[in-house]
Amino acid sequence: MPKRDDIRKILVIGSGSIVIGQGCEFDYSGTQGLKALREEGYETVLINSNPATIMTDPELADRTYIEPLTPEFLEKVLAAERPQALLPTLGGQTALNLTVAAAERGALKRFGVEVLGARLETIRKAEDRQLFKQAMQKIGLDLPRSVVVTDASDLKQVSRELGFPVIVRASFTLGGTGGGIAYHFDELRQRVHQALEASPVKKVLLEESLLGWKEYELEVMRDRKDNFVVICTIENLDPMGVHTGDSITVAPAQTLTDRQYQEMRDDAKRIISEVGVETGGCNIQFAVHPRTGRRVVIEINPRVSRSSALASKATGFPIARIAAKLAVGYGLDELPNDITKATPACFEPAIDYVVVKAPRFASEKFGEFTLDTAMKSVGEAMAIGRTFKEALQKALRGLESGKKGLEGSQAADPETLLQRAATPSSARLYHVKAALDAGVPPERLAEASRIDPWFLDQMRDLADFEKELGTAPLDAELLRRAKRLGFSDAQLARAKKTSEAAVRARRRRLGVRPVYKLVDTCAGEFPSSTPYFYSTYEPSGDLAPVRGKAKKVVILGSGPTRFGQGIEFDYCCVQASKALRALGWRSVMVNCNPETVSTDYDASDRLYFEPLTLEDVLEIVDLEKPDGVIVQFGGQTPLNLAVALEKAGVPILGTKPSAIDIAEDRRLFGAALKKLKILAPESGIANTPEQARRIARRVGYPVMVRPSYVLGGRAMEIVYDDAALLDYVSRALKASAHPSILVDRFLADAAELDVDAVCDGKDVWIAGVMEHIEEAGIHSGDSACTLPPHSLAPSVLATVREHTRKLALHLKVRGLINVQYAVKDGAVYVLEANPRASRTVPFVSKAAGLPVARIATWVMMGRPLKKLLPAAVLKGTFELPYTATKEAVLPFIKFPGVDPRLGPEMKSTGEVMGLDADFPRSFAKSQEAAGLSLPTEGAVFLSVRDEDKPEILHVARSLKQMGFTLVATRNTADFLTRHGLVAERVAKIGEGKPDVVDLLKQRSLSLVINTPSGKRSRADGYAIRRTTLELDIPCITNIRSLGAAVHAISVLKGASLGVKPLQEHYKSLPYAVAFK
Amino acid sequence: MNNKAWLALEDGTVLVGEACGASGEAGGEFVFNTAMTGYQEVLTDPSYAGQCVVMTYPLIGNYGITARDHESARPRLSGFVVRELCRRPSNHESVESAGDFLRKHGVVAIEGVDTRALTLRLREKGALRGVISTLDADPRRLVAKARALPSMTGQNLAEVVTCEKPYEWEENAPAKPALHVAVMDFGVKYGILRGLAAMGARATVVPAATGAAEILRLKPDGVLLSNGPGDPEPVTRGVDAIKGLLDARLPIFGICLGHQLLGLALGGRTFKLKFGHHGLNHPVKDLATGKIEITSQNHGFCVDLKSLPKQVKTTHVNLNDGTSEGMAHMELPVFSVQYHPEASAGPHDSRYLFERFRALMINRREALRA
Repeated sequence: MPKRDDIRKILVIGSGSIVIGQGCEFDYSGTQGLKALREEGYETVLINSNPATIMTDPELADRTYIEPLTPEFLEKVLAAERPQALLPTLGGQTALNLTVAAAERGALKRFGVEVLGARLETIRKAEDRQLFKQAMQKIGLDLPRSVVVTDASDLKQVSRELGFPVIVRASFTLGGTGGGIAYHFDELRQRVHQALEASPVKKVLLEESLLGWKEYELEVMRDRKDNFVVICTIENLDPMGVHTGDSITVAPAQTLTDRQYQEMRDDAKRIISEVGVETGGCNIQFAVHPRTGRRVVIEINPRVSRSSALASKATGFPIARIAAKLAVGYGLDELPNDITKATPACFEPAIDYVVVKAPRFASEKFGEFTLDTAMKSVGEAMAIGRTFKEALQKALRGLESGKKGLEGSQAADPETLLQRAATPSSARLYHVKAALDAGVPPERLAEASRIDPWFLDQMRDLADFEKELGTAPLDAELLRRAKRLGFSDAQLARAKKTSEAAVRARRRRLGVRPVYKLVDTCAGEFPSSTPYFYSTYEPSGDLAPVRGKAKKVVILGSGPTRFGQGIEFDYCCVQASKALRALGWRSVMVNCNPETVSTDYDASDRLYFEPLTLEDVLEIVDLEKPDGVIVQFGGQTPLNLAVALEKAGVPILGTKPSAIDIAEDRRLFGAALKKLKILAPESGIANTPEQARRIARRVGYPVMVRPSYVLGGRAMEIVYDDAALLDYVSRALKASAHPSILVDRFLADAAELDVDAVCDGKDVWIAGVMEHIEEAGIHSGDSACTLPPHSLAPSVLATVREHTRKLALHLKVRGLINVQYAVKDGAVYVLEANPRASRTVPFVSKAAGLPVARIATWVMMGRPLKKLLPAAVLKGTFELPYTATKEAVLPFIKFPGVDPRLGPEMKSTGEVMGLDADFPRSFAKSQEAAGLSLPTEGAVFLSVRDEDKPEILHVARSLKQMGFTLVATRNTADFLTRHGLVAERVAKIGEGKPDVVDLLKQRSLSLVINTPSGKRSRADGYAIRRTTLELDIPCITNIRSLGAAVHAISVLKGASLGVKPLQEHYKSLPYAVAFK
Repeated sequence: MNNKAWLALEDGTVLVGEACGASGEAGGEFVFNTAMTGYQEVLTDPSYAGQCVVMTYPLIGNYGITARDHESARPRLSGFVVRELCRRPSNHESVESAGDFLRKHGVVAIEGVDTRALTLRLREKGALRGVISTLDADPRRLVAKARALPSMTGQNLAEVVTCEKPYEWEENAPAKPALHVAVMDFGVKYGILRGLAAMGARATVVPAATGAAEILRLKPDGVLLSNGPGDPEPVTRGVDAIKGLLDARLPIFGICLGHQLLGLALGGRTFKLKFGHHGLNHPVKDLATGKIEITSQNHGFCVDLKSLPKQVKTTHVNLNDGTSEGMAHMELPVFSVQYHPEASAGPHDSRYLFERFRALMINRREALRA
């Protein structure tokens, strides 16, 4: 069947902000999908609220709506664009849920929009547990025993039927939110309540426990002609009970016989037919009992997913791209396999390597924690090796979590280690290794952990080899064996008590070097020219370095997503590749994050799917001998390598690592500021508690303290007195390898600014000055910000621009620089400067309609800014005719017990953008997009610290005038009454019933204003903030955002917000938008 | 550490690895197989007689050897090449490790060699003769031994691997069979016999050299021409028997070598493919329905469809290289496929062909009754 010609315009729905459970994989799939649809000549419309995506670049779709992903806004876009069809299967659960919601409002029918990829019945059948169960029973498939409940009344009976533990799953949620495991009745009752809260349809599935069963995933595709292929099989190392996103997973499946696998494949084929996925990709999960082989279906996702991104990267098969083409009518047999070019897409990839994916946990923030069926990891690293052992070690070192491969956790007695290994946790694999090191037999570990003995035996091989390594001489033979088992130079150095450099020098002298093999979808059966490689230690590789006259640049990616280092950096890396290729240079990408666009094989001229460690990068650079290496786009990951690379003689493109070092070294940077006569908060560096106290006394409390060299504000705190300071310092000195601490004067209640600029050595282009909504002290990644600034005086902005210019020139920046400022009482202070891509580069690019990272790349390639930009842009003499507001999206709902408040340590996982004519509108939109709908009526609860009380008076008055009722606890209520504002009084927690939390639960409050006190006990505020979070009630925790919110509410009361695509916004710019 | 083993090909390639099967020396035609599961079926598939199989998937033996997945009584391949053989398999059905199985059956095997590099060489140069040895470390002598091996072309391997005398298939055989199928054993895989049993037929397996008259004396409802190793051309007695069966207008279903022999009996020619099809992921289109099936393939020779009389139509085409994968006679109840509808190992997409065969036999019965 050829493509459909009854459709001309297709709307693609993106997945919005990055959240836990929904990462950059949907930028990868959406970007592929949009490209595929345009290739077929369709007009494409995109709606996505996340500006940090490649897919929202204005060149990807014909009409790009950066608008909130809500049914209301979707409907507005449908009304404005009138597409014939909508493709929801590339935008994750968000897009599916949004489509279902729009259908239920009748919007799809009203606008005559057809849903492509998966019909509504299909989505419902796959997502609604009961319908799914019925469908599976109809085709005779085995399922875990289960019961659906809509309230918590009959749980006694249910638990008798299912037995404990019971698995609790909420319907229609992301990444298993609201789910969990209940081991006894009280826990069951509690979990069911939570799950009912989390489920938008108030349905909860209770299930027979499959804890300890083997878990498998099949990534499959089907077309309209019922052609069916399995793209990839995945086996989870962690048995059932751990969310697959948190499991170590392996492709292909390792421990199934062909018959067992083919029966699973038969099931998958029947499932996809029954559920009715007609045109696209689908993920099906199975559990297999390790002793009986009983196989049950767990779930199906009728869309591309994190696993399908993994499967695409693991096999080379572009699932999302093919899914988009199937959605418009093609058959699998009509589409070519892009990798071989010669064979069709209708086949099942055969791979001749092993792929391991390891989850990246935010252990640096949350410590070690137990895993269950709700996803908790924030990112992942994938590695390819010729054996499981090699791939596992590469994946683990690719995580950049401090481990250089499979290392044991702290040694202990075997029984303790066995116990640690038995509990699924964020560090379990390291406990397993420690247990193996301690001589615990794999059989006992298998029994305790239910990890398949096959995996444990593989890990024992590694433990055994390490023992041998300790005593044997490190000759060529042993080195080769070590490398074939995936040991890094750093691991060998540790075992041999020498330096990594010494091991590397010896290894190279002995000629033990990696080769690079091709990912070709067909295990070598057909010739293939795809430039997608992995390293291994075999006698020969498939690869010659990229040759030819064209200059060649290696771009170092950002590795696994983590707090502080997300999709924004991948965005910049992809932009850099585009910039290089646009000028005829060749780009070589190195990255190990399977979710990303940068690891798409057509994002660069050559892709190395490799960990971003010094060893792995040096080997690639040594082979490719590039004209330059770009380190400033991938966040801290490549920057950490920059100095060592430069030392090794690698040409670094753009700003020199020494300049980067100046900016990061407090003393050097302080001296530079002094010379440039730029203010900075007074500060000092302490190596002892006493020094810290002296500095704090000198600069005055409160002070901001942090270890030097950190990312994402890790371990950064504001302390108000000696006691807190000493407590912090003793903790930090114990934990850190760099035992120095920065103590800065904290500028309370200052406004904060973020500036992104590009410098070519002569000129400095201020690409964007963003004013934070929150006051200084909240991590810039967690702050909302606006472009252009909404409240600062032109003189202040002129100073900021001038400071930025001076700094960039002084630091000899070639490329990007980000500078953060605090403005207090009219004085402008520099907080920090980072001569590299910042998190806000994509936001600025979208707002300004200029590809900032691409321009920076061209500058690094030697093009002067004067030739790249119109004079007015370079001078910054015009103002944006609209306002863009960025809002951070926070993961608190995933971490029960964590106080949902902002501070100097970054906690957000992603961002959204609101774009509209003025600040209040764009702010309102950004809140809507972040999932916090500002109310236009109802009751507002106020509870503010004393310092803020004067400030809330006019706010409270405005709210009252707009028809809100005011509710407050005694102190605040008395204060308001004293100033002539009537407020209903409500009890504090513990003061009697009903208290404020009760009111929240009754949903009688529509907005909460709660500013946490800096020093005092926060228990009360915590309960309020946590409850609003769980009930989805907007809660404003600082005074500056409050002003913005009230302003936005007043605008919202006037008229509802409109929609406008980027391409229309850009028409009002005084320059041509140059994304191409 | 294991003992060393060497691998040498006729083009001069010599690789050193470790022995992971029986000790000794073995030679044959080197082919690669891209299956990621099903090594047990490969090891016991008689079609691999005379060949050394290179598995492209690097980890072999993970789930051991089961009691239920043998494709014949013993391995028939000459040698086995893997990247890493698993010592301690894990699967609830496993009864022994692949290494123990190889040693028990005297199969010489080598691990630790770069199977991808070897595969690329075979892809480039075509199937090559070669040897695996745990005894001889002399590269020149090994290459000479490889060059001294007979070519696959011209060898009648079907008559080497066939059964000695007729027998009835018993595993899961129907108690009251509706149909009776005579199976010409050119190296039959148990999977085919299991397939016949599953469709309710009694299967009588006869040796490859059995004549048509003898087969007709069994009064079968149809004849299945089995898979088997090597070159179809020397299997002249088989071709003669098939001609006799065609004259008797019996329903015939040919699989793999059986398909090629049917082609020859119908007056066609066969030719050798450069490196053959050996894997579980080949897309084949059924021209009648337009549907794609993912097929299990294992053949080095192919029928030249253009050489066949016009009553024979192509029914299936390989989408990877456009080669013919199936044919049917327009006037006789006769059809065949180049691939393996019984799968084992491989996807079950093509099992409908057994039903197609069953329908032909039932039609014939009804026609006879009428």
